[in-house]
Amino acid sequence: MSAPPGPAGNDTGPAATPLENATPLEKKAVGPARETLHYAVRNPKLLIGFTVVALLLAVGLFGPPLLETTDPNAYGGPQAAPPDSTYWMGTTTFGQDVYAQFVHGLRATFLVGAVGGAIAAVVAMLVGFFAGYRGGVLDELLTMVTNVVLVIPALAVLLIINAYLGVRSVPVQGVFIGLTSWPWAARAIRAQTFTLRTREFVDLARLSGNGTWRIVFREIAPNMSSYLFMMFILLFGGSVLIASSLDFIGLGPTGGVSLGLMLQSAQQWSALQLGMWWWFVPPGAGITAIVGALYVANVGLDEVFNPKLRES
Amino acid sequence: MRRYFARKLLVYALTFVVAVTVNWMIPRFMPGDPVASMVSRARVSQPEAAEAMHAYYNNLFGFDEPVWQQYLHFWGSLLTGDFGISVWVFPTPVSDVLLDALPYTLGLMVPAVLLSWIVGNWAGALAARRKVLDNTVLPAGYLLTAMPYMWIAVILAWALGSKAGWFPISGGYSLDIQPSWTLDFVADLAHHWVLPFLSLFLVALGGWAIGMRNMIIYELESDYSSYLSALGAPQRLIRRYAFRNAVLPQVTGLALQLGVLVAGALVTEIVFAYPGLGSLILAAIQNQDFFLLQGAFLFIVIGVLIANFVIDVVYVLVDPRTRTGMAGGQS
Repeated sequence: MSAPPGPAGNDTGPAATPLENATPLEKKAVGPARETLHYAVRNPKLLIGFTVVALLLAVGLFGPPLLETTDPNAYGGPQAAPPDSTYWMGTTTFGQDVYAQFVHGLRATFLVGAVGGAIAAVVAMLVGFFAGYRGGVLDELLTMVTNVVLVIPALAVLLIINAYLGVRSVPVQGVFIGLTSWPWAARAIRAQTFTLRTREFVDLARLSGNGTWRIVFREIAPNMSSYLFMMFILLFGGSVLIASSLDFIGLGPTGGVSLGLMLQSAQQWSALQLGMWWWFVPPGAGITAIVGALYVANVGLDEVFNPKLRES
Repeated sequence: MRRYFARKLLVYALTFVVAVTVNWMIPRFMPGDPVASMVSRARVSQPEAAEAMHAYYNNLFGFDEPVWQQYLHFWGSLLTGDFGISVWVFPTPVSDVLLDALPYTLGLMVPAVLLSWIVGNWAGALAARRKVLDNTVLPAGYLLTAMPYMWIAVILAWALGSKAGWFPISGGYSLDIQPSWTLDFVADLAHHWVLPFLSLFLVALGGWAIGMRNMIIYELESDYSSYLSALGAPQRLIRRYAFRNAVLPQVTGLALQLGVLVAGALVTEIVFAYPGLGSLILAAIQNQDFFLLQGAFLFIVIGVLIANFVIDVVYVLVDPRTRTGMAGGQS
């Protein structure tokens, strides 16, 4: 059975499709870790992608302590000033430093991606592994649940949940995003587990009297580790995009900064009509750079893990 | 095939039940008291008035009944098309408010979804053929899919609207024209439609192009392709088979992407103040109009379910295997 195709657009990422096709189980042949590393450091896509992400992460981590002000929303500077040497990304209509907001916003973006991606990956793994390995009624049930959640648009659920929540924080946002964005990944893992469960080493483990948990996490999961890692990257990118949409609608974290909130306030205070491009270009470019770099790195990873792709 | 559709319909029915239940549960089980917050927002100074309002809202929500009865009532009113009354545009029923906005959203979504899918698959298939094209389509595709919908909308509005002045950047039609089926109005409508459409189209396009490109490359590397070329089959024939096989997962992908595309349409509408469901949802959130918000949620779910069903039917038409009832049932 071949893996069901993943969504191939914004949000879950175009690379969902190569992920489906990679069938790392068949061709993985990663062999010793050193060999993987050998190809990894020579893959330009992987290097460029991870470098961009690492740079932005470094800016997010080390940028805020280097700033003079601790409050990115402080009304300190001149009003509506274009970028110059003091205000690298200009200031907002209210004299807020766009660069300070950007640097703080990067933190929120990485945090929401990590929390959302991790939770979605854990749920997807639990559902996918057990549906694929146990089969039967449990599989039917879990597949049904997966399909139901898959059809309900995540943003619509998040909209109403967020609207009712009074105080919102970035981690809470990440949790909700994670809990709604796992289904496509669960489907993909289930399909991969399906092909693994009839292998000899799994049979052997079962004959040795190992329990389901042990077989799933000792025998099956390690054989899909590269696949799972790539999936996490896509879920990370997806969470970042969903969070930015929520922020933009006005359901972002209350009291704080994020790239999505910056876009929202730029929109709200008509930066567009006023021609203040420095207000809305950086946050969107930041999101695009992070998500795009993750996708490109993912393609690179696919090539590293999959020897068949390597030669071409 | 009957089994395939029976399964699909079961999933759709269940999805609808779950969606309605979620919709019903959230105001009741979320932290905070929605009724109290609505009353306090109205800034009623007299305590009696506040009391009356509290009672009114409680009655409207049905909070004064036992929980199981509330749930049944919710279903009952829903099935008769009663979504409640909008708080924001007060005495108008939610269903009327939503139906007014629906044509705009559909007019934006349907062409954007279909055209991006068609053009994206075409571009991806072309890219798989030539190295030069591949090197341009692929990076452009990744850039486009990584862009948040509202950002590309803002950038387009800025470049083509504000700077170049080619297209209006807000509204569904000019304010000085009355909506009517005259040529002037339709032209004006189309003029306002271009930018929101373009932003939705572009973001979705990248994903489809990349997906198709990868699919074709995998198909061309597969055993049947090697076998065909070993037999001396012309390259064009092999490509045609590869395309046919590669397009099937893209059909499934379309179904999976619908929810995301809905989200894209909503934020895009907000950027352009386009009078569709997205702008309504924004207004509903800002005015804490929970009836409108919940109505919009159910509208979206129903829309996605219908669209998914259509895609399922199309899938049966293009994939002969589902017709024999062998495959497709599982997923």
